Amino acid sequence: MKAAAFEYHAPRTLSEATELLARYVGNDARVLAGGQSLLPAMAFRVATPAHLIDINNIGELGSLTVDQGHLVVRACVRHKAFEQTHDYGALGRLLARVVREIAHYPIRTRGTMCGSLVHADPSSEWCLVAATLDAEFTALSSGGRRVIQSADWFQGLMTTALQPDELLFEVRFPLLPEGTLAGFQEFSRRAGDFALAMALVTFRLESGLIADPRVGIGGVEATPRRLAEVERALVGRQPTAKTYAHAAASAETALDPLTDVRYDAEYRRDLACTMIRRALDEASPAP
Amino acid sequence: MSRVTFTVNGGRHVIDVEPRCTLADALREQCAKPGTNIGCEHGVCGACTVLVDDEPVRSCLLFAVQAEGKSIRTVEGLAANGELHELQRAFVEHHALQCGYCTPGFLMLAVWCVENKPGATDEELRDLVASNLCRCTGYQNIVRAIRAVLDRTK
Repeated sequence: MKAAAFEYHAPRTLSEATELLARYVGNDARVLAGGQSLLPAMAFRVATPAHLIDINNIGELGSLTVDQGHLVVRACVRHKAFEQTHDYGALGRLLARVVREIAHYPIRTRGTMCGSLVHADPSSEWCLVAATLDAEFTALSSGGRRVIQSADWFQGLMTTALQPDELLFEVRFPLLPEGTLAGFQEFSRRAGDFALAMALVTFRLESGLIADPRVGIGGVEATPRRLAEVERALVGRQPTAKTYAHAAASAETALDPLTDVRYDAEYRRDLACTMIRRALDEASPAP
Repeated sequence: MSRVTFTVNGGRHVIDVEPRCTLADALREQCAKPGTNIGCEHGVCGACTVLVDDEPVRSCLLFAVQAEGKSIRTVEGLAANGELHELQRAFVEHHALQCGYCTPGFLMLAVWCVENKPGATDEELRDLVASNLCRCTGYQNIVRAIRAVLDRTK
């Protein structure tokens, strides 16, 4: 189907963009960044915004920088920017690993990381990365800016803390210390398809034992999150297959999986535990 | 109506479009470039893949107004002087199409690959073409056709 009619705005500056948002806030205004989720929603007429505020012409929103130990990703940075590892170490390698699972290349040339974080689909890879690494979100409105922690950002199925008069200006990821081990595993029925379950893990080794473990799951519950139970089962243990199997199994009772017509909660729970175990295997140091 | 200026296969086009008009529709209806086929209209099938500033995009997931100032390449730009592009010839030689509906999208994806990833492995090729849907060929012959051109130009 064709999208319903709307009024198009292409601001050149951030202040113009936030003023437009403030002006049309009661009138279903939507921000257009990469459009790779919004345009399909408009084509189905699930989304029928009266005003579309295209932020692609605001030059400063395209920047990707390292600042004070953080990778700072502005609103219009496309997925494909993460295919090269650049010079931000273990985090760069992790993002380059994850980005390959996001849709397909012609989608990654347009779609943006911040757009995915605002869309907050439960099976979004970037949402899982943000939740697992405790990313920080900066929202901007005509009233000013506010910083939101990832634990507060994800509020429910496709629901975030972003207000209708705000746009996501940037997201900040803490750089990973050198020596951080990482693993990412996703299960989907076809290449590039939505994840039914995925897991991201990072940890370091101190005197041969697991330190600072982070374990996140996505695609399983309404929002991605870290699993404290699994992390507790890893910390201070040896990085062995036995440790991983025990830790992955401890996710079982911690999960409250989504169900839909094809996949019930038990199936997703089982997949999630398997993804955690495989992600731990992938992260594991070579023997 | 919004006025938009862009180039298609090197030729300048100045068109007036409704903001809701996709680039795919604008190319077909207003730029006399109907070679770009429209399949699903929501970004799943890849039939409408074109190159925008030399990167492959779904032209159904871009409004024409967003293409202001861009350089667009479509399947019509491949053949030159009455000769098919080497990828088009390879698609014929390797039977990489049957009904042909998905072919313009696959060709533009393949053009990007040949120009930017000349060293692509078979696994990378398979990953790339998984982007687009073909319901006739089973993909084997599409991969073979692109492989043949990559090997020849190596």
